Amino acid sequence: MKNFSDLEKQLEQILPLVEKPGRYVGGEYNSIIKDWDAIETKIALIFPDIYDLGLSNLGIQILYERINAQENMLAERAYSPWIDMEEQLREHNIPLFSLESKRALLDFDLLGFSLPYETLYTNALTILNLSNIPLHANERGSDYPLIVAGGHATYNPEPMAQFFDAFLLGEGEEIILDVINEYNNWRTSQEAKEGLLLRLSKIDGVYVPSLYHPIYQPDGTMQEIQYANQQVPKNVTKRILGKLAYIPKKFIVPSIGVVHNRIAIEIMRGCTRGCRFCHAGMINRPVRERSVEEIIAGIEEALDNTGFEEIALLSLSSSDYTNIVDLVDRIGEHFIGKNLTVSLPSLRIETFSIDLMEKLKESRQGGFTLAPEAATDRMRKIINKPISEEQLLTTAREIYKRGWLTIKLYFMIGHPSETIEDVAAIAELCKKVLAEGYKTVGKRAKVHAGVSTFVPKPHTPFQWVSCDDQQTIREKQTLLRNELRGPGLKLNWTDPRETMLEAWLSRGDRRLAQVIELAWQNGARFDAWQDHQNYDIWMSAFDAAGLSPDFYTQRARFSDEIFPWEHINPGVNKSYLFEEYQNSLKLELRNDCREQCYACGIIQTFKDIRQENPGTSWKCPEVKIRARAE
Amino acid sequence: MRFRYRLAYTKNELMRYTSNLDVHKSWERTFRRAKLPIAYSQGYHPQPKIQLACPLPLGFLSEDEILDFELNENLDIDEILNHLNGKMPPGFEIKTINETLEPQPSLQVQTIATQYRIEFLEEQSFEKLQIQSQQILDSTSILRERRGKKYDLRPLIEALSLLEEDHKPTLRMTLSARESATGRPEEVLDELGIPLNKTRITREKTVLNPAFNAGK
Repeated sequence: MKNFSDLEKQLEQILPLVEKPGRYVGGEYNSIIKDWDAIETKIALIFPDIYDLGLSNLGIQILYERINAQENMLAERAYSPWIDMEEQLREHNIPLFSLESKRALLDFDLLGFSLPYETLYTNALTILNLSNIPLHANERGSDYPLIVAGGHATYNPEPMAQFFDAFLLGEGEEIILDVINEYNNWRTSQEAKEGLLLRLSKIDGVYVPSLYHPIYQPDGTMQEIQYANQQVPKNVTKRILGKLAYIPKKFIVPSIGVVHNRIAIEIMRGCTRGCRFCHAGMINRPVRERSVEEIIAGIEEALDNTGFEEIALLSLSSSDYTNIVDLVDRIGEHFIGKNLTVSLPSLRIETFSIDLMEKLKESRQGGFTLAPEAATDRMRKIINKPISEEQLLTTAREIYKRGWLTIKLYFMIGHPSETIEDVAAIAELCKKVLAEGYKTVGKRAKVHAGVSTFVPKPHTPFQWVSCDDQQTIREKQTLLRNELRGPGLKLNWTDPRETMLEAWLSRGDRRLAQVIELAWQNGARFDAWQDHQNYDIWMSAFDAAGLSPDFYTQRARFSDEIFPWEHINPGVNKSYLFEEYQNSLKLELRNDCREQCYACGIIQTFKDIRQENPGTSWKCPEVKIRARAE
Repeated sequence: MRFRYRLAYTKNELMRYTSNLDVHKSWERTFRRAKLPIAYSQGYHPQPKIQLACPLPLGFLSEDEILDFELNENLDIDEILNHLNGKMPPGFEIKTINETLEPQPSLQVQTIATQYRIEFLEEQSFEKLQIQSQQILDSTSILRERRGKKYDLRPLIEALSLLEEDHKPTLRMTLSARESATGRPEEVLDELGIPLNKTRITREKTVLNPAFNAGK
C-alpha cells in the first residue's frame, strides 16, 4: 500500500467536499515529475483560472516542455482553485501546491504567471495570497520566489506592476530560459534582490516595473516616466521568434473532462488583415507561417503521444495561411476517417471556406461560424474589415445548401462612432441570413448571433477612443434583443458590467493596482465568470481608492497623450497606429499588408531577425543586407 | 471479424476523482496511443467497442476493475501488452488481459457483486463497529431511502466483516451488483454513522457470474 504524505492525507478528507476534485490531483498522462531534490532550479507555471480552462493553454504547454527539456530545471503547474477549494485550503491552512510534486508554491524559485486576459488579475492575487507570499513586489526579499508574468494582457503591465517583479513581453519560448539562466547567475553571485532585478532588466523583452516611475499631471493623465538610473532601457521591446520553432508534442492528457480536449497546433502567428479593433492582430506581428510538412509531422507525433480525438489548427485567420489548400488536403489524407475531428477557426467569409470545411469532414452539427463584426459599410470602413453584404449572403446560402443548418455570426457593438442604425443593421443582416436559410433548407435553418462589446485596447489604432457607456450599451443590446427573437434566431451578448471591468483594466495605469487589490480584498474572484458578478465590489474599490472608472473608459485620449504603456514597445509604431486611427475617421480602408507594406514598424524593429530569417515564412518584405561600410 | 478481450486493472489515487465517463475516455485514448486496432460501432457516431463492468463511484480506489474491449485483429496477449507498455496513464495499472469467448452478454450483465475494503481516516472504536456490524447482519431488513426511492439495504449486503489491520479496524463488505439491485458502501457507512470523507474505500474485487466462464 502507498504511503500518503501529510498533504495527501489532508487532501483526502477535503477533496470529497469540493466540486470536481480531479482538478487538484495531477497525475495526467504526459505530466512530468522530476526528482525534486536533484534539480537546481524549480519553476511553477501558473494559469490563474480553473484547471478546466487552464489545462489546454498552449503557452503553458510550450513553456512546460521547454523548461523540462533542460536538465537542471523543472517546471510544474498550478491553476486557480475554485471558490469552494479556496475556502477549504484556507480553513485547513494548506498553501496552494503544484500538481506534480504537491509542493507549496513558496518552495519554487520562480513563479511564472500567464495573463492572457485582464479578468484574471484578482485570481493572480488569490494565488499569491494562498501561497503565503506578500502581494507587493517591494515586500518580497530574496527569500521569496521571483514572480513574473507574460501573456497578451501584459502588453499593458501597469495595473499589475506593483505585484510582479518582472514582465516577460512577447513570445515566451526563449526569454523564459534567459530569465532562468540569469536568475541562476544571480543566485551564485550572492547579490541582494535589487541585483537580480537589474540583471533581468538587461535582458531584451524583460520589463522590471520597479525601475520605472510614472509621474501624473493634475488631470490624471501621464506627464512622464522617470527611470531609476541611466542603465534602464527607455523602452522595452517585445521578444519574437524568427521561426515558429517549438511545437509541443506531449500535450498533457487530462484525466477529467476539460473545456478543450485536443491537440492545438499553430499554423501561423500574427495577422496581416489590420482590423483596427484587434489587439491580437497588432501585438502578434509579424506574420510567420509554419510549413505544411512541419504541421503534419507535428500533429502525427502529438496524436501518437496523446491519443486525443480532436485537432485544432490555430491562427488568427486560417484562410490567409499561404498553403491552406495543400494543408487541408494533406490533413485529409493523413487524419480523416480515423475517428478524429479537425477544427479550422477564423475562416474568411467566402464560399471557398466551405470547400475547406468540407474537406475536413467537420460535423455539421456545430454550425458554421462567420465573423462579419459589423453590418454597415460605414462601420466596416471604420474597423477596416470590408465584406460586402452580398458576399456574406452568397456565402450563407451556400453554407445552408451544403448541409449546415446553423450559421453562427459574430458581431461587435460599440465600435467608435457607431449609431443605433448601425446596430439595427446587425439585426437586419441576421434576418437576411436566416431568410437565405429558409429559402434553401426551410424552417430548419437557424442563425445564432454572438454580439460582444468592443473594448478599446492598448497598442491598437483605437487606443485613443472612448468606450460606450453602460447605458448606451444597454440601449443597443435592448434593440438587438427585441429584434432578434423568434423562431430560428438566437442571440448571445456580454453583460455590460463585465465589459466595463475589462475596459478599466485594459487601459489602466499603475494607480489601478490599489483598486484591484481592494476589490480582491473585498471578495472579487473569477471576474471572467458571469455567475460571479463582482461589479459592486469594483465600484466601491474605485471609490475607496479615490479614482474614477470613467477616467479610464469614458474619455477620448488627447492625440499627444502619453499612455501608461508608452514605454512598452510591441514593435508597431505609435505613429502608425495614429495614422490608422485617422484613416478610420476618414472611412479609409487599408489593404491586407501582404499586398503592400504600410511600414507599421515591425520590420524596422526586428530587421536583424528578418535578415537571419529570409524567405517567405515571414509575410513582411525582406530586408536588404547592406554591405558594411569600411 | 472481431476479437474480444477482458482486461483487469487497478485505479489508484491519481484517477480517484475520474468519473466513469472519463475513465472510458482515458482508456479510449490509451488504446489509441498504443495503436491497438480497436473496433468501432457502426452508425453516424462510431463509438469504440469498450465496456466497463461496474461503475466505480467518484473517490473510490480499486484493485480490481474490469473492462472488455474488441479488436479488429486477433492479437496475442503479449503483443497487446507490448503495445500498451509505456502508454498507460499513471492512474491505471493492468493486472491481466485474457481473450474471451464470443458471444457473451455485456459485462454489466455479468457483474453480480463487488467487494470493498474500508479504512478509516479517523480513530474508530473496534468494539463499537463490531457491535454495529453484527446488528446489521442480524437484521432481516434495513429500510432506507435514496434519491426519493425507498429500498431495503439488507438483502444487498452479501458479506460484512471487521478485521484488524495495522492495529486499526478495517471493514470489508461484499455487496450485490446486479441490475437494479446494487448495494452502495456509502449507504452501509451511513448506517454506521461514519461520514464518507473520513474513509478510504477500495474496491477489492469485481465478481462476475461464473456461468459465463469467459476465459479461452
